[in-house]
Amino acid sequence: MQATSTVEKPPAPPESSSRTWRKAFNDIAAGTQQRQLWAHLGWQDIKQRYRRSVIGPLWITISMGMTVTALGILYSNLFGKNLGEHLPYLAVGFIMWGFISGCITDGTEVFIQNEGLMKQLPAPLSVHILRLVWRQTLLFAHNLVIYFVVLAIFLMPISWTVVMAIPAIVLMMASGAWVALLFGIVATRFRDIPPVVGSLMQLIFFMTPIVWDAEILEQKGGSMFIAKLNPLYHYIEILRDPLLGEDIVLTNWIVVGAITIVGWALALLVLRNYRARVTYWV
Amino acid sequence: MVSIDVWNAAVDFPIFDAKSRSLKKAVLGKAGGKIGTDSKVPIIEALHDINLSFRHGDRVALVGHNGAGKSTLLRLMSGIYEPTRGNARVEGKVAPVFDLGVGMDPEISGYENIVIRGLFLGMNRTQMEKRMDDIAEFTELGDYLSMPLRTYSTGMRVRLALGVVTSIDPEILILDEGIGAVDVEFMEKVRARLKNLVQRSGILVFASHSDEFLMELCNTAIWMDKGGIVEQGPLRDVLTHYKGKDPFENASQETLDRIGETRSVAASGSNEST
Repeated sequence: MQATSTVEKPPAPPESSSRTWRKAFNDIAAGTQQRQLWAHLGWQDIKQRYRRSVIGPLWITISMGMTVTALGILYSNLFGKNLGEHLPYLAVGFIMWGFISGCITDGTEVFIQNEGLMKQLPAPLSVHILRLVWRQTLLFAHNLVIYFVVLAIFLMPISWTVVMAIPAIVLMMASGAWVALLFGIVATRFRDIPPVVGSLMQLIFFMTPIVWDAEILEQKGGSMFIAKLNPLYHYIEILRDPLLGEDIVLTNWIVVGAITIVGWALALLVLRNYRARVTYWV
Repeated sequence: MVSIDVWNAAVDFPIFDAKSRSLKKAVLGKAGGKIGTDSKVPIIEALHDINLSFRHGDRVALVGHNGAGKSTLLRLMSGIYEPTRGNARVEGKVAPVFDLGVGMDPEISGYENIVIRGLFLGMNRTQMEKRMDDIAEFTELGDYLSMPLRTYSTGMRVRLALGVVTSIDPEILILDEGIGAVDVEFMEKVRARLKNLVQRSGILVFASHSDEFLMELCNTAIWMDKGGIVEQGPLRDVLTHYKGKDPFENASQETLDRIGETRSVAASGSNEST
């Protein structure tokens, strides 16, 4: 009666590889379904940082407000620009940059930092990605308050194009997800990537028109190409234009759309091939 | 249908030392051509040739020395590791409890840790909140549940983790030996609860060094050594071969009564097998 159940063993299934598209998409589908889990963890991450502080996550908004005000005053003077024009420009750029750099730098460590969890509790990889994107989105939302403050102070003119901010934010989140997925998997295997990316981000920040306006390049007799070859420029522009009431530039949207599609294709390929290896690598 | 099937599975861990784990090595290694075995990543074969099949009602004990591959096998069954070679198929809701301490956030309260662990195991928030009273009562942690987890002792963490997995009615319960950190009194409660649970739920796989615990909860056993299965079969036979003596012989009469075994059967059992 206590016979081992090996007797009723069914015949071995056809060799099923762990490297299939079906398993990769299942991972994403299963992760998306666990919305309560990643939403909770993402919010937890933020509360965590401000635990025992009196005003809590409001510090995110305050620190962004201080940075934007100080740098706005400094750079509008440096470039001889009108404060009412340059400060909103810089504010939106900074808010956007916060999200982008957050997704990239945290993305490289998304699995490395969750090693404990990954070895304790089985969960789809996409749960960790969604948690990160959700956390960055919440931070972004906190920072966006600054935009509305700036809007009120400078009484900026807003046109109908402001609705384009919504698809811009969606594209930004979609890109954040593939970046975290791709960089996360590759960086778990090659541990030089997080420090390399970390130091590159500093450089990219200065190369991207955030505190400076790309038009200055032209005015000073330089070439706009320095700015336009930078993919992040286009990401920042698609949100900055609608929020500042400027005209929509189709090129920016095409570039961002193309990067999102190519990036996802690449990230899915890496997910398909190395999904099952990540727990071995962390 | 709850089941665990593993066919010829192996788990190989690549060991990236500080040198081979870097991108530099990979890039330069390609450029300069392979020098001997330099570019190869050493591999630890943690599990090899694993074949097993568990069905509803199986309560499996996992025995073996430290480093025999017990925890890795449990992780394979939980779906944390997918086999590098071979196949594994697990059907049913799995709830694993591994070494405690990691995987819990020390800064947040016991309540929140319970919710997060529950969410990871496929529950939702409301379901976990409904079970909160039950978990609080079972773990006897009381007001401590609103304290941050870093104030907990190891035993208290084990209580919390066990409280969660035993409250959510998992179909496959996977327990690692780390749960030995609790006191005798609580162990009795756990025993009763686990017994109840394995009767209801599908499969229990339990790695432990406590014969008494295994004898009471399990009916079959797997003896692991050096990443392979040495023997699998009825608990008593496997334990006898593993220990070199029948563990039922030394068990107190009280224990034997509880698990419904008799010493004479134990004696005959060991005679047959040796």
